[in-house]
Amino acid sequence: MSDDQGFTRDEMMTVAAARLLTNETVCFVGIGLPSAAANLARLTRAPDVVLIYESGTIATKPDVLPLSIGDGELAETARTVVSVPEMFRYWLQGGRIDVGFLGAAQIDRWGNINTSVIGEYHTPKVRLPGGGGAPEIATNTGEVYVILRQSKRTFVDHLDFVTSLGGGPRREGLKIPGKGPTKLITDLGVLEPDPETGELTLVALHKGSTVEQAVAATGWPLKVADTVVETEAPTPDELSVLRDLNARTAKAHAGDA
Amino acid sequence: MAEIMSLKEAVAAFVKDGATVAMEGFTHLIPHAAAHEVIRQGRRDLTLVRMTPDIIYDQLIGMGCAAKLIFSWGGNPGVGSLHRLRDAVENGWPGKLEIVEHAHAAMANAYEAGAAGLPLAVFRGYLGTDHETVNPDIKRIECPFTGEVLACVPSIRPDVAVIHAQQADKRGNVLLWGITGVQKEAVLAAKNAIVTVEEVVEEIDAAMNATILPRWTVSAVCVVPRGAHPSYAHGYYKRHNAFYKRWDEIARDRDSFREWMDRYVMSAELFDDTWSKLKADGYV
Repeated sequence: MSDDQGFTRDEMMTVAAARLLTNETVCFVGIGLPSAAANLARLTRAPDVVLIYESGTIATKPDVLPLSIGDGELAETARTVVSVPEMFRYWLQGGRIDVGFLGAAQIDRWGNINTSVIGEYHTPKVRLPGGGGAPEIATNTGEVYVILRQSKRTFVDHLDFVTSLGGGPRREGLKIPGKGPTKLITDLGVLEPDPETGELTLVALHKGSTVEQAVAATGWPLKVADTVVETEAPTPDELSVLRDLNARTAKAHAGDA
Repeated sequence: MAEIMSLKEAVAAFVKDGATVAMEGFTHLIPHAAAHEVIRQGRRDLTLVRMTPDIIYDQLIGMGCAAKLIFSWGGNPGVGSLHRLRDAVENGWPGKLEIVEHAHAAMANAYEAGAAGLPLAVFRGYLGTDHETVNPDIKRIECPFTGEVLACVPSIRPDVAVIHAQQADKRGNVLLWGITGVQKEAVLAAKNAIVTVEEVVEEIDAAMNATILPRWTVSAVCVVPRGAHPSYAHGYYKRHNAFYKRWDEIARDRDSFREWMDRYVMSAELFDDTWSKLKADGYV
């Protein structure tokens, strides 16, 4: 997919993810791609969506995307700001969140996520930041949406470390309050867990992407649904709101002093 | 009981070699000036505790102050890696760093348990993750009432908590607002607490439910205007996001990191000097 369609893959991914949120959703938002998608939803189809960031900001409505999870903008535009222990205990563990919206460094076919290490744990090749709030967001929200650019580097056959739980065999025998990952939105399409096995399966392709591209960008033999639907291209309104948001954000982050 | 003193005196009195130190701040109110003073005084073998280690822990680790890090998310928020933290874990530079990796829920609960005087925190967490295979501080406990198996971790009881706040009064009562993170819990969990503040006011004027740390919960109050920069102090100055982006290039390379630390931290007497140099060199 290229600019000759009038939008980029990243824009399509963000728009597709934003369309999943509604005015009734209470959403726990990760920083980066999830935050862009969640705020796009709020600025287009779902003005009443409740966005919560782990820094303690509840029902926040930032005008620019935060660079960090605790930018002042999030606090100033929030309905209320609570302490971090309260956030994790009452709001997340207390079962008040419908959707956890996460990014990832690596994901496997079950939706397990690694954001800790690449290589052997004690002598890693790459030390990643770690899980932050994600391990409990992944299990204590009603369901989880993951947004991640698709490539063999990120969609891997084997994770060196499971930082956050997905679906599939690892869930067996565990009492998990939430459903876990129900959607994986990529720059090529959308994957959903197979209802029987839990394995992530390609169910939608964004306009301009092909099954072959998706298979080539996946580090395991990708399951493809019998019927793969095409995602509707971004509307002019979705694109202009997203581009304005990104432009405001870039300007704000370059100039903060 | 809070004494108003210089940051230099406070660090000398309360941050000892080998101590367990929690310098907290969840993006907001991060005690940069205090961390610089700890580095200048050459502390060694510290166990650093923090939910979100960012630039100051990168600096402490890169300058060889830390032996151990207890954390739940170690990165430069929205930018990328902490290169000094990575260099320590991946290559043992400038020294070996032991890490104890948690999730935020665990650490938030552990601070709260520390503040509550409990030996452990119990929560519904680490379900299906690998953390407990590498972190022996994560155990399971069965609820005696329902039989549910829950996660537990030891409470956090630092030797000293270090935070930055907006205001104190002349007697040393402290007020903070905005994103307050785990600072109240960290202070109440710790044996001693150092609080740097933007200013000392005659009278604290705040709503009755405000986050206040009464003077008898704090050991030292030090006036350090802009002491959280490049983090922010709500109502005083904004987060300097452009600096966080620049830190990525500064810290990526050992030599450029050391040069930066020499110029802006080691050869500064006070945080004001650091600020003046940053200003002269066009950082701010």
